[in-house]
Amino acid sequence: MAIAEAKADHSEGMSYLESVPRRLVTLYLPLVIFLVILLFPFYWMALTAIKPNEQLLDMETVSPFWTWDPTLQHIKKLLFDSNYPKWLWNTMYVAAGATALSIVASVLAAYAIVRLRFKGAQTVGGLIFLAYLVPPSILFIPLATVVFQYGLFDSPLALILVYPTILIPFSTWLLMGYFKTIPFELEECALIDGASRWQILTRIVLPLSVPGLISAFIFCFTLCWNEFIYALTFLQSVTNKTVPVAIVNEFVDGDIYRWGSLMAGALVGSLPLVVLYAFFVEHYVSAMTGAVKE
Amino acid sequence: MVDVTDKTMARRAPRKIEVSAWSQLKSNRTWLGYWFMLPALAILALFLAYPLGLGVWLSFTDTKIGRGGGWIGLENYEWLQGDSTFWLSVLNTLLYTIVASVIKFAAGLYLALLLDKHIPFKALVRAAVLIPFIVPTVLSAIAFWWIYDSQFSILSWSLKKMGLITANIDFLGDPWNARWSTIFANIWRGVPFVAITLLAGLQTVSPSLYEAATLDGATPWQRFRHITYPLLTPIIAVVMTFSVLFTFTDFQLIWAMTRGGPVNATHLMATLSYQRGIIAGQLGEGAAIATAMIPFLLGAIMISWFGLQRRKWQQGSDND
Repeated sequence: MAIAEAKADHSEGMSYLESVPRRLVTLYLPLVIFLVILLFPFYWMALTAIKPNEQLLDMETVSPFWTWDPTLQHIKKLLFDSNYPKWLWNTMYVAAGATALSIVASVLAAYAIVRLRFKGAQTVGGLIFLAYLVPPSILFIPLATVVFQYGLFDSPLALILVYPTILIPFSTWLLMGYFKTIPFELEECALIDGASRWQILTRIVLPLSVPGLISAFIFCFTLCWNEFIYALTFLQSVTNKTVPVAIVNEFVDGDIYRWGSLMAGALVGSLPLVVLYAFFVEHYVSAMTGAVKE
Repeated sequence: MVDVTDKTMARRAPRKIEVSAWSQLKSNRTWLGYWFMLPALAILALFLAYPLGLGVWLSFTDTKIGRGGGWIGLENYEWLQGDSTFWLSVLNTLLYTIVASVIKFAAGLYLALLLDKHIPFKALVRAAVLIPFIVPTVLSAIAFWWIYDSQFSILSWSLKKMGLITANIDFLGDPWNARWSTIFANIWRGVPFVAITLLAGLQTVSPSLYEAATLDGATPWQRFRHITYPLLTPIIAVVMTFSVLFTFTDFQLIWAMTRGGPVNATHLMATLSYQRGIIAGQLGEGAAIATAMIPFLLGAIMISWFGLQRRKWQQGSDND
């Protein structure tokens, strides 16, 4: 009750001290400018994707900011006359595989660090955090030789094994935060009742940290979908590529009307993430802020 | 094993055997801990720690794609020292990182303060703000590429209609235009992250502090300077470290928009390293450029470390 009141207080805040015209200039105007700048590229992307070809380059006869005859020709061309469905499938396959692998490894690692408190748990936790700070840009060259040595070059399996290096540090820290909030007494009770550590993990800790698992899952999935440099370096044949790499490399031909299909490709490639995001906004935000706060 | 010990411990009255059972459990726990850590550590060791070392070693060799190389000492670095393209890429990276980070911080903090106020459709506005961060960077970079097109740019068109310019702006064809255009795209992508994380920090600041300050006659600027800013410092330190780190090592935005051109004007160290290491096949030289980024990254990590330390002594406790 008190918290709710405090919250209501906070949202109202001291805004009654400001007059309406003042709020208009100091709050709404800058906010609208921010929103327009932040969202315009997507509007432009979506608009280009459904504009007919003749309107794409002709900016004089019709206003370029709107179209009255939307067409699906670019999206149709993309889905039926190109390898796009295959690329989409590759991206999803790699993202799902790497995410699953990372979540399993992170759950075990986070549980061990937070609750098993084995010798050196603190050090290992610190090392995993440091791993988060090693960027792919300095690893891709040596990794390319490693991947080649293991015979994984040009195989999606290489990405499934390499992406977890980006995902595990992040999701381990996120899950450590969630596991810490689960009362230790629950586990003690289970231990006394004769549960093994594995049973405690699967029957008590995991069900209680479902929000954390969802956050970790979406964030990992988004990062995989977004990853570019490893996919660009490790994959060579056209049919093995992921969407971001394929868009950059395969769509850029001399065709002056390429913008329509290029934007359609970018739009279709972003939609799955935007839909996922729309369903889990709160989890997403808590994942982002949770990892930073830790 | 553990199962059995736990069960026996539960069945018998634990008083007598407490010490031995406890120590057994403890020793088991350590082993169990190592088993639980195994998958994560194996992946990190094989694909992160080992390549990190290998990268440093490669930078001292003349390895090329398809041919193992021999030890050549500092030759790669000596060659880079006299290479003007490399120094250009270092300067570009510093310019890109410093300008983009400063503006991202200022704009992100401003946006966070705006979002923290009472506004209609609050949840919807916040969700919309984060969209640039969700969409894969390469795909939004492609959208920017189209917006920056030399002939059919919507920006040039709008400015021409408003009568501000007479000829199309060549956003990505001119060295300085290209630099500012890519920096803008990077800021555009980074602001939502900074804003939303700082917003989370702002929401932990108790409103009663502001009320008390207002009653004492503090101006909005004084409230920001003496309440918001000090309480936000720890989270600012972390957010900005990550922001600097990811801006410094950025690759995809540049590669999707300019590939380092025109005439190397937008090459960052990461893109140059890809260009030399993978495309030209000089793995050793590429690795040397990548290794040269490490000192800068260490600097950023140190800043983060001291930021975190500061949080601890500010609170006067050692909790996390």
